[in-house]
Amino acid sequence: MSTKELRIGEIVGRHKGREGPLMPILHDVQAELGCVDAESEALIAKALNLSRADVHGVVSFYHDFHSKPDPRPEVQLCRAEACQARGVEALVPAAEKAAGERVKLTTIYCLGLCSAGPSARVGDRLYARLDAKGLTQVIEAAQ
Amino acid sequence: MIVRISDDALARALGADELAQAFADNGHEVQRTSSWGMHWLEPLVEIDGNGFGPATLEDVDAILDGSTEKAIGRIEGHPFIARQQRLTFARAGKTRPTSLEDYEATGGWAGLRRARQIGGAQIVEEVTASGLRGRGGAGFPAGIKWRTVANTPSEQKYIVCNADEGDSGTFADRMVMEGDPYALIEGMAIAGEAVGASQGYIYVRSEYPDSIRKLSEALALCAALIHPFKCEVRVGAGAYVCGEETSLLNSLEGKRGEVRAKPPLPAIEGLFGKPTVVNNVLTLAAVPHILAEGGSAEYGALGIERSKGTMPIQLAGNIKHGGLFEAAFGITLKELIYDIGGGTESGRPVKAVQVGGPLGAYLHPDQFDIRFDYEAYTAADALIGHGGIVVFDDTADMGHMARFAMEFCAAESCGKCTPCRIGAVRGVEIIDRIRAGGRPADPVESQPVMHNAPKSGRLPEQEIALLTDLCETMKYGSLCALGGFTPYPVMSALRNWPEDFMPGQEGAVRKVLDRGEV
Repeated sequence: MSTKELRIGEIVGRHKGREGPLMPILHDVQAELGCVDAESEALIAKALNLSRADVHGVVSFYHDFHSKPDPRPEVQLCRAEACQARGVEALVPAAEKAAGERVKLTTIYCLGLCSAGPSARVGDRLYARLDAKGLTQVIEAAQ
Repeated sequence: MIVRISDDALARALGADELAQAFADNGHEVQRTSSWGMHWLEPLVEIDGNGFGPATLEDVDAILDGSTEKAIGRIEGHPFIARQQRLTFARAGKTRPTSLEDYEATGGWAGLRRARQIGGAQIVEEVTASGLRGRGGAGFPAGIKWRTVANTPSEQKYIVCNADEGDSGTFADRMVMEGDPYALIEGMAIAGEAVGASQGYIYVRSEYPDSIRKLSEALALCAALIHPFKCEVRVGAGAYVCGEETSLLNSLEGKRGEVRAKPPLPAIEGLFGKPTVVNNVLTLAAVPHILAEGGSAEYGALGIERSKGTMPIQLAGNIKHGGLFEAAFGITLKELIYDIGGGTESGRPVKAVQVGGPLGAYLHPDQFDIRFDYEAYTAADALIGHGGIVVFDDTADMGHMARFAMEFCAAESCGKCTPCRIGAVRGVEIIDRIRAGGRPADPVESQPVMHNAPKSGRLPEQEIALLTDLCETMKYGSLCALGGFTPYPVMSALRNWPEDFMPGQEGAVRKVLDRGEV
């Protein structure tokens, strides 16, 4: 058995007794293997007695699951209405420049810090009341 | 000296952890509490009931020796707090979120204890009498939903908490989950008692890592207290539409988060086809208070007409004093934005206010006398939604905001129904054409062989008529609120700020809208 098979087998085993185990499994696979690729989809489908199409349909539906790994650090910038009202759009060009090829800068709709935007997230760390300088620092420090 | 600092996600995002560490390094006992909800003052430091904020690491010494200029006096006496009627947020700022001791000491579990004595039928009766309506947006009476589930026979029933708070401008659910998680859990256990359900799920969005952590911790600590009711946290995966109850249920089941057609109602065939109560965080967190001795009557006496009790209103966007303001229904936007919120943070005039999240209407300052009440908003072609208020100053381009509403709908549509899936994409294109001055004649359509194609382009006025038509189709033809309510921000922006769509030709826009094609 390949390492991937073993690891997915272990993750599936962790959740198999639960009601509706697929989402918790996909979260763990994404977190531990960095993506949910076609091979993982097939292994999960087999373990849960689902079709590969079923699993692929779920993986492709949600923004949090990715089919390819991306080793770059990710900075999620909130660009929803409340952060727009607080001027996030003006920060975007400088943020994109600071991110360059090294950092994956993505848009997220709402971190729930709407009275103190613009806000961003790196891993489980949140940042609020960002200005151009603050956001650039967050992006440059992202690992 | 005991120093109290919030460990809410917003305070932490502004450096509360580092601040707490600095006070601890100075030899003081630091207690991490929930947030008072005065977000412009976060991180807020509390010493002996007095507040200091927004505090930074540089302020630590000055706060300790009393020379700081950031003192705000007694927190409880602060006008922002003193003007509120806090029921759901009664503990905000006062307790340590996951401390069972603090929860019990502030009246925790009294509702559940009483619920267990009076039994299911009486619980449903009291929730109905309180007039509590679903706080997620639709405003459906909670008691009636519970009664339906209670009266549907089944071996297995579920209580599902909708904690997929995806609307921009809302954070009240997050504050409950991070600040008073036991109140939500107690509300769910009471709902379980009322309808005969033994299993609960809290579906939290993945964008709220702090909520997930706090709820999981709280559930582990109180498992014995809520027994035989069992409850667990499930994490969403970045799909806005999963805040819609039927798509949330599909997601919990491990499926694509596509909306289900109703009927059957989830109360009859919900999670895994079983009768299910699906309520928002704020609805469930209001329940322990209602079930405590005399709570139902007290709750029902607040508010106006058919909107009973209190609403946790969230002041967000470009506002000077943003945060959580819980008040009885009936308060006007003018009071909320100017008296309480202090106007815009930028100091510029208010141009527009979006109430109710990305699907809520943009209200013009002329409409600020509208009272906070489900029916009054419906009558004004707007919605309260989850109670979020996002303020924009006069630099906002409302044509862009209307386009963004359509763009957001296109990005987040689950794809199940056509008006939403395709309508939103077409909506973006139409708004772009209106703003570009209409649609030029199409070279292919101009060919003689294209017998039925129009030979000329379209004027922007014609595009506006088309957008109006499209919005009507989306409003009445979509399966859920995502497609059905996206027309609210779009049409309200068009109606109130036609100059942002066709500069200098506001009259032309109004003429199209007045022809009754809205």
